Amino acid sequence: MDRFTWSNGLLEMNETLVIQQRGVKLYDGEDKAKLDVGIALLSTHQLIWRDLKNHECCIAIPLSQIIYFEEQAAGIGKSAKIVVHLHASPANKEPGPYQQSKFSYFKLSFKEHGQIEFFRRLTEELSQKRWESTPMSQPIPTATNSQTGRTRAVGIVGIERKIEERRKETEKNISEAFEDLSKLMVKAKEMVELSRSIANKIKDKQGDITEDETIRFKSYLLSMGIANPVTRETHGSGTHYHLQLAKQLGDILLAPLEERGGMMALTEVYCLVNRARGMELLSPEDLVNACKMFESLKQPLRLRIFDSGVMVVQLQSHSEEEMISSALDNVTDKGSLTAEEFAKLLGLSVLLSKERLLLAEKMGHLCRDDSVEGLRFYPNLFNSQA
Amino acid sequence: MSFEWPWQYNFPPFFTLQPNVDTRQKQLAAWCSLALSYCRHHKLYTLDIMEVQESPVFNHKNIDRKLSTEAILIVFEELRKKGNLEWLDKNKTQCLVMWRRPEEWGKLIYQWVSRSAMVNSCNTFPPEFHGLEEWMLIRSLQALQTDGKAEVITMDDGKGVKFF
Repeated sequence: MDRFTWSNGLLEMNETLVIQQRGVKLYDGEDKAKLDVGIALLSTHQLIWRDLKNHECCIAIPLSQIIYFEEQAAGIGKSAKIVVHLHASPANKEPGPYQQSKFSYFKLSFKEHGQIEFFRRLTEELSQKRWESTPMSQPIPTATNSQTGRTRAVGIVGIERKIEERRKETEKNISEAFEDLSKLMVKAKEMVELSRSIANKIKDKQGDITEDETIRFKSYLLSMGIANPVTRETHGSGTHYHLQLAKQLGDILLAPLEERGGMMALTEVYCLVNRARGMELLSPEDLVNACKMFESLKQPLRLRIFDSGVMVVQLQSHSEEEMISSALDNVTDKGSLTAEEFAKLLGLSVLLSKERLLLAEKMGHLCRDDSVEGLRFYPNLFNSQA
Repeated sequence: MSFEWPWQYNFPPFFTLQPNVDTRQKQLAAWCSLALSYCRHHKLYTLDIMEVQESPVFNHKNIDRKLSTEAILIVFEELRKKGNLEWLDKNKTQCLVMWRRPEEWGKLIYQWVSRSAMVNSCNTFPPEFHGLEEWMLIRSLQALQTDGKAEVITMDDGKGVKFF
């Protein structure tokens, strides 16, 4: 076993893998080698053995060192073996698992069978001696060459080989790293499934679980970043929290709404409410969910979404028809208006004034003039004039 | 007689393609009528898209408004659907404008022919036929033929028409 050297198990560019076999244990002569069960790999140039559990533990021996080999049949409680007899090690041999050995042969014990094929391939390789015709850039020490010693890889070939080694190493590292990531993804998927099934159970047993517990569990889910499916239902069955919040908002917003002509953009509402609260600020999501409940709570406010997606809170008493006909009057009065001019005229935000003008256009009261000067609205003379 | 522009011509929104569907319909109808009457007035039979964009019809310099190429093509498509326009090429760069459709021309020709036949005098073309281009004449005669009121005959030295 002292003929083996530590190896990285990587094949050279001209080297090909012939066969590999799991479940192989090594014997130093007649003694069991101080190595575990591993994989034996036969290539065109060498015989490699790698520990199954510890991939780093990998040794190799060039085929040229083999004098001859023979089969050893299996017995009771004993696996079949191949006995490999070797030349003496060259003087400049690289270090290996054994410094010295009293034996000049080793055995491969095939615990999971496969010895017949391995034997056949080994015979083939040793008769073909392919390592002689396709020499590697760094010749492996052979017994016959013990005087010349090993030639260092020099020049371009050496550099190329180093680059190739580095590339293989990097590739290995990357695939190992991603192994962990894919394991994490599998775990995360399990977690999501679990929380979803629990949330469903809660939904079904609404009566049995106390509301307090439910709220607590939902907040756990939320903190893990999983939005609770229960709150996604229509505003009719929103959570207790949003109900209370909606009532609160109804009180807070009445006065500001009247001041602003009965309509406020949701963003304005958000700023107003949070500024007033100071601490324990509302999240945008909570605000929207609360506003969606206005109508069902018979509050004097309601949430309204325009075609463009803009959301506003407006007074129930707010009449859009009145607003539009007054907008038409304004525009007719001035001949034409831009959204900015209209906003200034009414003391509204530009966003809301544009929405109103667009609505009037949609209803056919206004038409638009779109030019480099900007977007301007006119009374719809196409309709009114013959 | 100078051309009389319609009220829409001085209304800036006329030059913006209206998003409101009903408003747009009225707008396009006004454009079609304006384009046709302009061509009729100036006896234009063929139009080139590139040139037409700069013509006073679509480019009103006084109010600094012009109709976009996209909108012009939409107007022309309306005209084509009504039978007043025909594209000369696949790329839609040139077209024939029939401010009077072949059927209408056919009717006029037939009326004139009937009149002159009765009067029995030398036939000169009345003013309304001045400038009538040959392709238009041929189409009108074909329309009459379809109607059964005329027949185009090929003779030794060209074509002739027989009226019924």
